[in-house]
Amino acid sequence: MAYSDKVVDHYNNPRNVGSLDKDSENVGTGVVGAPECGDVMKLQIEVEGDTIVDAKFKTFGCGSAIASSSLATEWIKGKKVDEALEITNTEIVEELSLPPVKIHCSVLAEDAIKSAIADYKQKSSDGDEA
Amino acid sequence: MELPIYLDYQATTPVDPRVLEAMMPYFTHSFGNAASRSHSYGWNAEGAVDKARKQIASLIGASHKEIIFTSGSTEGINLAIKGAVEMHGSKGKHIVTTLVEHKAVLDTCKHLEKQGCEVTYLEPDSTGLVTAEQVAEAIREDTVMVAAIWANNEIGTIIPVREIGAVCHERGVLFFVDGTQAVGKVPVDVVADNVDLLCLSGHKVYGPKGVGCLYVRRRNPRVRIVAQMDGGGHERGMRSGTINVPGVVGLGEACAVAEADLEKDAAHSIALRERFEEKVLAALDYTTVNGNHEHRLPGCSNVSFCYVEGESLIMGVKDLAVSSGSACTSASLEPSHVLRACGVGDELAHSSIRFGFGRMTTEEEVDFAAEQVISAVKRLRELSPLYEMVLEGIDLDTVQWQADH
Repeated sequence: MAYSDKVVDHYNNPRNVGSLDKDSENVGTGVVGAPECGDVMKLQIEVEGDTIVDAKFKTFGCGSAIASSSLATEWIKGKKVDEALEITNTEIVEELSLPPVKIHCSVLAEDAIKSAIADYKQKSSDGDEA
Repeated sequence: MELPIYLDYQATTPVDPRVLEAMMPYFTHSFGNAASRSHSYGWNAEGAVDKARKQIASLIGASHKEIIFTSGSTEGINLAIKGAVEMHGSKGKHIVTTLVEHKAVLDTCKHLEKQGCEVTYLEPDSTGLVTAEQVAEAIREDTVMVAAIWANNEIGTIIPVREIGAVCHERGVLFFVDGTQAVGKVPVDVVADNVDLLCLSGHKVYGPKGVGCLYVRRRNPRVRIVAQMDGGGHERGMRSGTINVPGVVGLGEACAVAEADLEKDAAHSIALRERFEEKVLAALDYTTVNGNHEHRLPGCSNVSFCYVEGESLIMGVKDLAVSSGSACTSASLEPSHVLRACGVGDELAHSSIRFGFGRMTTEEEVDFAAEQVISAVKRLRELSPLYEMVLEGIDLDTVQWQADH
């Protein structure tokens, strides 16, 4: 399969690889996918106020999955949390020129963003109650 | 060293220069139709085809009268299985095969199931082996045929053909063997190995693509099959169609070279395979070789790299021409049916790559390949959330995965 230049670039030079402290109150973690499906994405955000100040990812998956999650971290960094929620998989598909069989990679990246934000919101609301 | 390095010898092999040389005159000067009986063009072509028949027969221990030329193994498989079932429909409609066959066998069996046949699919052990005992238990009164792959194309496991063939003969059941990967790589003797029908393909043995043959036993028992293509009655009525003379000449020469070099080729491929596996296994943890370590095709190494996805690994080893055990590039995204049948979990099946070594592979290429694999796996594991979790001591089997795909 021929990959787009942007996928190859993200694969060769993935942005924001790594992990944040998942126990920190300011960090939201999303882990989506499953090993038996061939894709697992872990995406983490660090939030100050209502702004995502840092984002990290690790992905088990094909080149398109790695590129989708790498791109997702790049896009959400510096965004307000609610702005990040507006990112859709179709924008990722367009940016990376993903073929139809790889659309699920973009869906997974969108899910990972939403899951990380949900985790962060859950933590902060738990914090408010305490 | 030319890049990318070709390590996909189970997919196809380059044409040996000796083979190409033998073929050349039959494209140009000696272009006759082997079925033309009225002039020297035809006689020359017929002579060349007869020579090829003898070269092939010699490699597999057959008589030249038992070789039926085809377009390759897919045709040979279809002709053998459908042809036998059609011929012996009065005896019964039961076929015994295995879960680790090539798609050509599995899909032919599925086709026959739709037409009323019953098929028993034997489960291999974790190394891909099926036994003669399993075959004996599966054979019924109405069993027409046992169909099995000699050397598996994905993991290279070699089944006990001789023992399975003995069971078939004792019970009066035809034994068809898919010899596509085995012929020319390991010793094959259709008489001693109790094989009734055997297909092989030119391009897997350093010959040309688009040509192969089916061995059809003539004595003890005399095997009869119904042609699956009607026409001029070529190949003793079993396969009509003008013979691909240059292709057949190439197949014959490829078999002659394979027979002369069998031991040398096998020793070469085994040495390279072991060199590769030693390097990779020494450098990487959570890495296993699939298939049977004792009964294995010389040039086949199917390796699972845990916590690294196969397609991303293939992308990472961009200077190597290899293929994934899983059909990840297909729309189905299904992992390999062979690894699945061996009980390899889907997550590991997604992490498997087949490396194929052959006659033209060099030690230098293997060393380069091993280094590129090692560095790509290490880099991708840095990216892998699964590897991170395992290093943290998390048992991945206990994790609740969020997957609805």
